[in-house]
Amino acid sequence: MMKLSSTKKRTLFFVALGWALLLIGDRIGELLQYQGSFVAMYALAIASIILLTGYSGQLSLGHSALMAVGAYAGALSINNFNLHPAIALVIATFVAGVFGLLLGFGVARLSGPYLAGTTLALAVSLPTLANQFPILGGEQGVVFDVGAPPARFGEDFSMYKWFFWISTLAVLIMLWLISNVVSSRYGRTFRAIRDNETAAALSGLNTGRMKVMAFALSSGMAGLAGGLLVMLISGVSPSAFPLSLSFSLLTGAVVTGIYSLRGVMLGGLVLVAIPEIADSLVTRIGGSEGFTATLPGFLVSALLILAVLFTPNGPGTLLHSFKKHN
Amino acid sequence: MTLVVESLVIDHGAIRAINSVSFKVPTGKLTAVIGANGAGKTTLLRGLSGLKEIKSGNATWNGESIVGKRAENLARAGIMHVSDGKSVIAELTVKENLALTGLWRKDKKDVALATEEVVSLFPILGERMSQSGGSLSGGERQMLAIGRALVARPRLLLLDEPSLGLAPLIIDQIFTTIRKFVTTMNLTVVLVEQNAMGALAIADDGVVLNLGRVVALDSAENLLKDPAVRTAYLGY
Amino acid sequence: MIKFITAILTALTTGAIYALMSTALVLVWRSTRIINFAQAGQAVLSTYIGYEVTVRSGSFWVGVIAAMVFGALLGAVIDRFFMRPIFKRIKGGPILMIAPVVATLGLLGIIQSIIGFRWGLTYQSLAAPVSTDGFTLFGRVIAFSPFNLLVVVFATVSMLLLTILFQKTNIGLALRASAHSPEIAKLSGIKVDFIRTLGWSLAGAAGGLAGMLYIPSSYLYPNAMDVLLVFGFVAAVIGGLDSLFGAVAGAMILGFAISFATSYVSEKLVFPMAFVMLVVVLLIKPAGIFSGKKSRRD
Repeated sequence: MMKLSSTKKRTLFFVALGWALLLIGDRIGELLQYQGSFVAMYALAIASIILLTGYSGQLSLGHSALMAVGAYAGALSINNFNLHPAIALVIATFVAGVFGLLLGFGVARLSGPYLAGTTLALAVSLPTLANQFPILGGEQGVVFDVGAPPARFGEDFSMYKWFFWISTLAVLIMLWLISNVVSSRYGRTFRAIRDNETAAALSGLNTGRMKVMAFALSSGMAGLAGGLLVMLISGVSPSAFPLSLSFSLLTGAVVTGIYSLRGVMLGGLVLVAIPEIADSLVTRIGGSEGFTATLPGFLVSALLILAVLFTPNGPGTLLHSFKKHN
Repeated sequence: MTLVVESLVIDHGAIRAINSVSFKVPTGKLTAVIGANGAGKTTLLRGLSGLKEIKSGNATWNGESIVGKRAENLARAGIMHVSDGKSVIAELTVKENLALTGLWRKDKKDVALATEEVVSLFPILGERMSQSGGSLSGGERQMLAIGRALVARPRLLLLDEPSLGLAPLIIDQIFTTIRKFVTTMNLTVVLVEQNAMGALAIADDGVVLNLGRVVALDSAENLLKDPAVRTAYLGY
Repeated sequence: MIKFITAILTALTTGAIYALMSTALVLVWRSTRIINFAQAGQAVLSTYIGYEVTVRSGSFWVGVIAAMVFGALLGAVIDRFFMRPIFKRIKGGPILMIAPVVATLGLLGIIQSIIGFRWGLTYQSLAAPVSTDGFTLFGRVIAFSPFNLLVVVFATVSMLLLTILFQKTNIGLALRASAHSPEIAKLSGIKVDFIRTLGWSLAGAAGGLAGMLYIPSSYLYPNAMDVLLVFGFVAAVIGGLDSLFGAVAGAMILGFAISFATSYVSEKLVFPMAFVMLVVVLLIKPAGIFSGKKSRRD
């Protein structure tokens, strides 16, 4: 039996997963394809949080702003520079990544609540910038049109399937790249910094540089997710990136286990599922308009608290302790 | 009012810091607990004062168990733990530091009286009343820490390495003072020290700890004469 | 000249509100070592309660008292029944840093959801007890009203009372001791848990007062205090999280900076100014302008 290196194993896993998802994509209806795209996009955004917080210990509440940066960069490159959508997505990743790099330099010395509060301030203030600069389209925002699927896919190839393909492909590629980083020496360094920064620094690791790098990577991922999001909703505006988005992402990350990338798909699923669950709850219980609008947020927050209380390290640990007791 | 410790077990993470330790301290006596660094002496005191969880075993003071009790309740019951030299709140003034142990007491007159007594015991504190705790020298801080404990009119005093980091002259002063008020205030004292010589010199009894276990238990006089103890801890 | 005076008066008003929020944050920080993001929710919920009482009783002031009392109770309940269990469950590891903060975020969402369920998302108006029309100065109407004056007076009085509490009373000493060294406080017989809950209570009351003083010039809706939370946080960081004086001073500095920037340069500079000040302070003196420490260890 041929011995595969873990990198090769991982690559194989992603390719297999990609193949499976594409096959599934063919079978499911349009609504599910659309929702599936969202799942992929959220999964990527959650992964960006996990990389930053779970792997390198920096809590950020500003990822909604980072997604916005990527989103606007992508939208502008299509509209103002007439670039191909694929390139737009790459630009989204890159611009957000650079932004994150600069941001990372600024906040590398911060920890805990200071970092959280600063990124919170960022999340609250950045979207309002769109209103200051007309090029960013103000309240209405900018349109993001990824164009129709290529003709060679045939007539039955719907827009939603196209979205699904693009999202899952982009996300898989990104996740594959990141999981390689995470299992490399860099990943070990991140974890060392997360667990005990002083010790890590004392053992010669350049903690500052690593933290900034983690920030840049995480921002790039978030930027790509932002680009995907606006592709899915065909436009970007400040209201697409409220503070509650940052909270939802954090919830997704905590719920699926903030220490490991493995659960991100599940996290994405949860985030997409919650509004659906909320909707069906409302139809069953009935309720005022206020109730309908508020229920998803309530579920997200409740889930966050329950997750923090009972599975701070992810559902994996729950299973673990369950096994132990039996 | 005796302190009775029986088969006490305290864990510090994965390490069994105190491994079945037993000893007694009669009323009004001073027991020195000596041993090398890491022998578990500080952990022992933290267990007795309620700061650290006791895994198993018994500890009673005045016939009542002190296992599993909260630190603030034990303090209110007359058990005062003077932890290491940083046991002064730097941001508060000397006066405020001294006032801490009297905050919960109802008899404010007695608190004032006790504070006066402490100031006459350590006059330097009286001179520095409105200065911040952080501005004091090492020796003065130690006096403040002990003084604060005395304001509460404790019955049991747990002292953790009062001599640490102090000049020999000050150490002498502190040890003499400790011995003095054991006699005058009828205090029961557990004195943890690395300075084995100084501690045994003023103690009635001694307990020698090594890696969490009691390796010697005797009167201070005998321990001072014991060749094994002398070689290991007294340096001659 | 008028512009200058207006800028100063606006600075005082906004600074006063920021001061109340930053004080609340610093109170919790000092006693529990976390930034309580739920403060925004607690404050606005207390204000809703104050609003209800005001409407029913016809008196704004009764409403203020109700808001503060409710805020105090809510703060105590949150510390006792929410934060303490969380700290107990999370013994150690890197999650220790993140989990309590995340929990307060979750709590914020829950509180705002509860408000949404009960009162809906529409904007309500809380009527001020005195005029919100500007005073007339030198024949011109300035952007400073009797209500603004009330805000400044009330906030100042509250700060003074708090300072007296902290510096001159036994409870204040216990609060300070527990904040600086919970261990020494415990060994001195101070019931540190109770004191900590008291800190949360005071913070809750401060938040309720902040809400009642702020909302009349704006609207009442579940997210009404979110922005104030951010400003309160920035103010607290500028002044140094470790002292109440810093909280107030930082708030005034922030208030002045924003007020002058918006008056003399551009109205749109509110958020950017706050963010810039935050970053500048964090880069130059991370411990805060008025803190004695060189860096923030925790």
